[in-house]
Amino acid sequence: MDIKQTKIFAAKIRLETVKMIGKRGFGHVAGSLSVADALAVLYNDVMQVRPENPTWDGRDKLVMSKGHAGPALYSALALKGFFPMDWLNTLNQPNTKLPSHCDAKLTPGVDATTGSLGQGASVAVGIALARQMDGLDARTYLFLGDGECNEGQVWEAAMFANQHKLANLTAFVDYNKRQLDGTVAEVMDLGDIAAKFASFGWYVQVVDGSCVEEIHKALTTTGGTDNTDGKPLCIILDTVKGAGVSVIENVEMNHHMVVEGDLLNAAIAECEAILAELGA
Amino acid sequence: MSIIYDGSLDKIVYKTVFGETMEALAKADPDVVYLDADLMASIGTRDFWKRNPKQAINCGIAEANMIGVAAGLSSAGKKPYCHTFGPFASRRVFDQAFLSVAYGGNNVRIFGSDPGVTAAFNGGTHMPFEDIALYRAVPNATVLEISDGAMLKTLMWQLKDYKGLSYTRLTRKAYPTIYSDDHKFTIGKGEVVRAGKDAAIIACGLMVGEAMAAAQTLAAEGVDVQVIDMFTIKPLDVDLVLNAAKTGMLITAENHNIIGGLGDAVAATLLEAGVSPKFKRIGVNDRFGQVGPQDFLQKEYGLTAENIVNTLRGMA
Repeated sequence: MDIKQTKIFAAKIRLETVKMIGKRGFGHVAGSLSVADALAVLYNDVMQVRPENPTWDGRDKLVMSKGHAGPALYSALALKGFFPMDWLNTLNQPNTKLPSHCDAKLTPGVDATTGSLGQGASVAVGIALARQMDGLDARTYLFLGDGECNEGQVWEAAMFANQHKLANLTAFVDYNKRQLDGTVAEVMDLGDIAAKFASFGWYVQVVDGSCVEEIHKALTTTGGTDNTDGKPLCIILDTVKGAGVSVIENVEMNHHMVVEGDLLNAAIAECEAILAELGA
Repeated sequence: MSIIYDGSLDKIVYKTVFGETMEALAKADPDVVYLDADLMASIGTRDFWKRNPKQAINCGIAEANMIGVAAGLSSAGKKPYCHTFGPFASRRVFDQAFLSVAYGGNNVRIFGSDPGVTAAFNGGTHMPFEDIALYRAVPNATVLEISDGAMLKTLMWQLKDYKGLSYTRLTRKAYPTIYSDDHKFTIGKGEVVRAGKDAAIIACGLMVGEAMAAAQTLAAEGVDVQVIDMFTIKPLDVDLVLNAAKTGMLITAENHNIIGGLGDAVAATLLEAGVSPKFKRIGVNDRFGQVGPQDFLQKEYGLTAENIVNTLRGMA
């Protein structure tokens, strides 16, 4: 892993995410920013995918169950070459291939349609089960929001993954501690989310979700199918909603927010400063 | 290939047909996966699960997850069949069926057992009178209702390579035999199971047998009634509906709320075609289910041959 390159990739995801949402003027920016580092590690260093052949059967698949983080995923996919960068200007425009929530039928590289929270968990489990049945050596990556874990379906899927020993499945929980109406603690306290997944039979790691080295280590030292005692792997990403862009982090109600004018310019400047620092 | 109705019940109950057909499908095609939500013993598939747990997956009592898993399996090239009781196979999983399956472009076959009054002793909580209405409203979904054991087997095979979301309601018990074992069915094409020129009954599921009995009663009175088995509720066989309308007197009969079901689909077809035969819908009149033996419930909700006969007499 080239740490610097991965950090540059993450910074570019942030910049493109802010710009595309800024173009529309509003969107789910903060929950997109909080998964940027994990997406950078996956697409830059870990996932086996072929941008020129997005439906390649042997690829690793990714289910963005917190479907509103589509903009971050679209940025990663465009940077990776799945589709032209200028598509990013079309977010949420009429006839776009990049809708606010992920749509596998529209976007090259998007492996599952999501948006009704909790559902991507089951879809990812189904994909992992099919690949286990076929003996296919490919992983399935699932992104869950922490607020999303309010949904009972997440826990139905978690039980199922344990029952079928889906060691080929990795779930990230974006533990950014905020959901739409406020903090997770004040809306629906998750308690010890790591202990919950562990008690459901998962192999759990908790990492700094803004640290690409920690994320990479969690994925590569336990991410193989034989290093988690046959258990599905859960990586809790300790993150901040709006991570990496202070002017967005600092907005209290930032789940879906207006991104324009001075705030947009400041956000872009922050992302560009990080890239400059990294020499990119 | 023929209609062999004589009023006697199918000798093999449909849960047995379902279980045997499901296992045969899995044997014939390694991509077939059967999913259930802890009701395998109820639908004749528990032995299949014990014999082949790779292709028969018990999802536990977690129907929403089952439908999502099926969507994931489909997206990875499998051919999932899902079963649970009708209310759980429809209203309990409606968002998963709508979004993860249909909107997501996946191919999943959902089977809901114990439609309407056939839920009998499980009572109102388990008695779906709204499942057809729900699934009709899903874009491009296919909605079928089984009226006969041979039909069940044939359609289960046809659905294997069918695209999109399908919902099939079936009783676990048996209805009167209608078709020979080699009868061919086409989704989108209803079946004229009795010819007639004075009136027509368009029925599905349980009500096909009731309609046949009603037609026999009326035949004795010199009234010649056509009976159509509209097992393909969506896509509806529009040509057959308009042809039946030429009799000048049309009724629909369904073991479902008259709101949103077969009767509404037929009525809309007639009106939009500018055809206006005398027309009545027989079905559950906007009520919830309740517990009791099926014969009691059929009388209670007006789902008997006698109701059909009286309705037609009243229209003449």
